[in-house]
Amino acid sequence: MAPMRQIRIGAGAGFAGDRIEPAVELAERGRLDYLVFECLAERTIALAQMARLADPAAGYDGLLERRMRAVLPACRRAGTRIVSNMGAANPLAAAQKVRDIARDLGLAGLKVAAVTGDDIVDRLRGTDAALDEGGTVAGLGNRLISANAYVGAGPIAEALAAGADVVITGRAADPSLFLGPLVHEFGWRADDWDSLGKGVLVGHLLECAGQITGGYFADPGVKDVAGLARLGFPIGEVAETGDLVVTKLDGTGGAVTPATVKEQLLYEIENPARYFQPDVVADFTGVSVSAVGPDRVAVSGGTGAPRTGLLKVSVGYGDGFIGEGQMSYAGPGAVERGRLALAIVRERLALTAVPMEETRFDLIGVDALHGAEIAQGGAPYEVRIRVAGRTGTAEAAAAIGAEVEALYTNGPAGGGGSWKAVRQVVAIASALVPEHLVVPQLTLFEA
Amino acid sequence: MKLRDIAHSRTGDKGNVSTISVIAHREADYPLLVRHVTAERVAALFAGIGAGSVTRYELPLVGALNFVVTGSLGGGVTRSLALDAHGKGLSSALLDLDLPPSSPPDRPV
Repeated sequence: MAPMRQIRIGAGAGFAGDRIEPAVELAERGRLDYLVFECLAERTIALAQMARLADPAAGYDGLLERRMRAVLPACRRAGTRIVSNMGAANPLAAAQKVRDIARDLGLAGLKVAAVTGDDIVDRLRGTDAALDEGGTVAGLGNRLISANAYVGAGPIAEALAAGADVVITGRAADPSLFLGPLVHEFGWRADDWDSLGKGVLVGHLLECAGQITGGYFADPGVKDVAGLARLGFPIGEVAETGDLVVTKLDGTGGAVTPATVKEQLLYEIENPARYFQPDVVADFTGVSVSAVGPDRVAVSGGTGAPRTGLLKVSVGYGDGFIGEGQMSYAGPGAVERGRLALAIVRERLALTAVPMEETRFDLIGVDALHGAEIAQGGAPYEVRIRVAGRTGTAEAAAAIGAEVEALYTNGPAGGGGSWKAVRQVVAIASALVPEHLVVPQLTLFEA
Repeated sequence: MKLRDIAHSRTGDKGNVSTISVIAHREADYPLLVRHVTAERVAALFAGIGAGSVTRYELPLVGALNFVVTGSLGGGVTRSLALDAHGKGLSSALLDLDLPPSSPPDRPV
């Protein structure tokens, strides 16, 4: 019998701003078949779409060039192929950028594929497609910024079959970035629901990178993690059966334990029996995890059921502005002066009739996060007031921070460290569309 | 005893929904979670932040519960005015839940 085939997949980023050093270590020492960079949060693509509208050559991940320059030479030497959604709102421009970088680095012949077709804003504009929070796409009118469908593993696997060394997508379901290589390597059929479910599980566990190797886990005295400053990113050793061992490189910080794996297993999952993905509805209820060595955890038992035929779409739209101001108070009476400051700003914003749809007055250090009902405890040494409001115009938003700043000479004693900001709100809603509305396309570039 | 003595937790977000895991440090303590960390208690804890419905899912094979809390994120991560728009700190609030002192972690149940 032929030995069981195994694929080694590393996660090189778990969000757009993630650290680059761990990806470099994986590229240089990981003996990886694939290195995956997941860099696209829900709102990121709407912001990228705005950037692209301002500059047709923009709209992809701002760290694409740094990341590619850091890992491409080592990946080429090791035969490691790269998959990433860093294409954001402009996968074609991103793929051409990667090609140019490869040429610059002397990596002639490197093949880069762009997966497009997720952008269906023109298709949905003005339609009665229903939004999860109520209303329709048509109801957004000219506030509509973007609409991107979550594409599945298919086009990624096709790009790999076409010989791509680097696959750049826009909006793809995060686990698909991992499922694509597995489908390509193992030839899992499109109706092999259990294998696809296991592949989704692999992707789900690895896609947040450091969140499974001890990042976002430490709680001193209860859950200690060594070497967090040098936190390493995960490697998945995936068998043809879909069984998985999660591990990390020797010499990196962090830990891979059943506990770190379980936290990630349930991360951002609603019903664990019905995890909706473009290619399959994955079921994690039969999953078990066990330590099989130092920083090695085996995961098995994922299954799947037929896909729904519907794709989730992230719809980005402009939703006014948020203005914000903050200031700190310290020492005896800090909480009382903070509360007085909040009351003053509240009254002044009313007196000057700043039009606001929604406001919030927080005392950071006291009850800003979960409200007075949940927060308990004695008086802190210092507090920070925070006033935030949603407005229709940037001008109204600016008035909020201005009123907080004016507390310097017009408010309680001893305030310091004023800060203010105005930001445009790009909100996200989601919709479901029949999968036939989304037609992924491949474009290949060669260095 | 606090929930934090026998379990750990992580919060995620989807739109205006929080997903909060509660995982037993020792799988033998899982029945305590099932008995004491009910959807009703979680709903009562988070009522003050505007939470709506709470659904609890049970995962006995990994000794964990998963809570889905609707309406907990001030209209959604992307438009919320909250300092912690993702609601990431909700798991820390949940771990402060009181459990009956008659349920020491070492006693088999």
